[in-house]
Amino acid sequence: MTDVVVSTRSLTRTFGEKTAVDNLDLEIQTGQIYGFLGPNGCGKTTTIRMLTGLLTPSSGEVTVLGKSMPQAAEPLKSQIGYMTQIFSYYRDLTVRENLKFAAEIYGIPARSVKGRIEELLHTYDLTTNVDQLCGSLSGGQRQKLSLAATVIHRPKLLFLDEPTSAVDPETRRTFWEQLFDLVDEGATMIVSTHFMDEAERCHKLAILQNGAKKADGSPRQLMDNLQADVVEIEGPELRTVKHQLDGKPKVLSTAQIGSRLRVLVDKSEPQPVEMLRALLNTFSDLTLTQQRPNLEDVFVSATREQKA
Amino acid sequence: MISPRRIAAVLKKELLQLRRDRMTFAMVIMIPLIQLMLFGYAINTNLRHVPVALVDQAETELSRTLAQIVQATQVVEFTEVFATPQEAEIAITEARVRAALIIPRDVDNRFARSPAIGLGLPNATDQTSSRPVAHWIVDGSDTMVASAIKSLRAMPLTEMMRLPPNRLVPTFEVTLYFNPEQRSAVNIVPGLVGVILTMTMILFTSAAIVRERERGNMEMLINTPVKSSEIMIGKIIPYIFAGLIQVAIILGLGHVLFDVPINGGLGALLVVTLLFIIASLSVGLVVSTLAKNQLQSMQMTVFILLPSILMSGFMFPFDGMPQPVQVIAQALPATHFMDMIRGVVLRDASLFEMREQILWMIGFTVFGLMAATLKFKKRLD
Ligand SMILES: Nc1ncnc2c1ncn2[C@@H]1O[C@H](COP(=O)(O)OP(=O)(O)O)[C@@H](O)[C@H]1O
Ligand SMILES: [Mg+2]
Repeated sequence: MTDVVVSTRSLTRTFGEKTAVDNLDLEIQTGQIYGFLGPNGCGKTTTIRMLTGLLTPSSGEVTVLGKSMPQAAEPLKSQIGYMTQIFSYYRDLTVRENLKFAAEIYGIPARSVKGRIEELLHTYDLTTNVDQLCGSLSGGQRQKLSLAATVIHRPKLLFLDEPTSAVDPETRRTFWEQLFDLVDEGATMIVSTHFMDEAERCHKLAILQNGAKKADGSPRQLMDNLQADVVEIEGPELRTVKHQLDGKPKVLSTAQIGSRLRVLVDKSEPQPVEMLRALLNTFSDLTLTQQRPNLEDVFVSATREQKA
Repeated sequence: MISPRRIAAVLKKELLQLRRDRMTFAMVIMIPLIQLMLFGYAINTNLRHVPVALVDQAETELSRTLAQIVQATQVVEFTEVFATPQEAEIAITEARVRAALIIPRDVDNRFARSPAIGLGLPNATDQTSSRPVAHWIVDGSDTMVASAIKSLRAMPLTEMMRLPPNRLVPTFEVTLYFNPEQRSAVNIVPGLVGVILTMTMILFTSAAIVRERERGNMEMLINTPVKSSEIMIGKIIPYIFAGLIQVAIILGLGHVLFDVPINGGLGALLVVTLLFIIASLSVGLVVSTLAKNQLQSMQMTVFILLPSILMSGFMFPFDGMPQPVQVIAQALPATHFMDMIRGVVLRDASLFEMREQILWMIGFTVFGLMAATLKFKKRLD
């Protein structure tokens, strides 16, 4: 169960002067949901396109399902599913017509096409929209159709590029439940996202910035290994407090969350709360409490090292 | 290795989209209809009723009769009458008339000596007596108008004397085959098939593929096991039928409205048009691999369309073109098609008689399809 389905070595892709993906080493095991977490333009889509064989790497190696990419792209097409970031099924076809098209293109035996489509319509809650043109579907319904069409041939390996960027939290929840059902059926997935809550659901993730991997591991590992302590400050005049702390040594970052200020302090400081109290001695009525790190803290700390 | 099922899937999808795309659907029907009306009715190289002025300085019975028989040719129509040639010149400059007929004071005298009346008198040998009967001044900027009026130059005047027609024997006897009445529609309508197919076939196929790229469908499509050749075959089949419908509209209506004969066999007609349709579609496929969006594919279509209209022999005779232009024209499928369709429709030429053109067309298509398939990569870079 620990077979490697995707691995890359020094994977790099440049567009002219710009390096979109920078010396990426990845190892993705079977049965996992592997997340790429990073802001827009950090190279998530470019990486996925290289893993699916759509883009040729500028340098480095890619192995997918034991085969070298992009040379083996064609024979692997029927084992891979790729849900693009932008809706890429036909807006001027109905839900059923799109699914039928996908079924025929993927060579699903003629006699099982109808059954498979019914099953997918049911699983992905599309039964009331079968004859609706896809252009008139809501964002969430479109994503469901995309997922249904992407898994129609039961791929072993699924790539989902920002699958829930345009849907409401409720739909996102059900969507993820469906992803775990697919994993349960034996699929491996690579999901890109810029949402922390979504990244937190992955078995493992890589934090990307400017095309380079800044950290990777399971969300728990990443939080446990965070090289910083988290202190939350409550009280009045938080904006002034924030300006007081910004740029001070060992203060990695400050961010206001509602009525609290979340401060990351470098792990090398043995007494983070005491240190902050000393810095803020001119303020009164402040409560400082140490907190468990969350994924956002990991992300902030991993991506700020670049600037430092 | 090519899967008929996947081709059928692409084809079916294309038909569904075409059915919902009212605009393209309307273009398949409307382009041939409108072009046929335009070229059939509006563009007429047999000029009639050109507005001209009359300056009758003689005002004799003879001069009036002369004006009458000139008008009776129907080539010109006297819309204005002036007293002096100067006024007529102004009218020409102001484009109120295209020409003016100036009948000189001594017209009776000139007329009596003119060979055009065919009295069989010995021809005048000295300058003064061999002068023409009257004088045309013509706005020569439109060569078509000018040559229509030039054609009146040697008009026989025998009618004026109620005499039998000129017994002079012409140098050449000319027998007109295939279009004895010299109607331009007979030549234009079959050629129009070539122009419209060039335009619509290239545009439709290239747009059909570029559209997938533009709307983001291509990234999904190239991630499926479908092969480039399957995409291309599935995409061009609907347009083959669209092309045949257009040919039927043009030739059918051309026959009904403009009495354009269809002398050749329908079998030969089908072979020739199918060949040209597929050749044009393969050009469309090549365009689709080069164009990044539908605007670019439109521009490239126009780039091929213009020489196909101007150099293929559709508007101007191929034989009159300079050598380098002929070489370029030979590379256009439309040039070969003009020859073939006029051959089949007007001259009942057989496929065997056109074998060289047919082979050329097949070669062109194979080359185009290969180029497009090789150039079409299932890649984004
Ligand atoms: N085809 C391309 N040509 C030029 N630059 C590109 C191209 N595709 C992506 N890039 C650049 O590469 C970087 C990474 O893009 P992308 O992989 O789309 O990021 P993400 O998916 O994480 O938002 C961006 O700066 C983008 O501008
Ligand atoms: Mg992206």
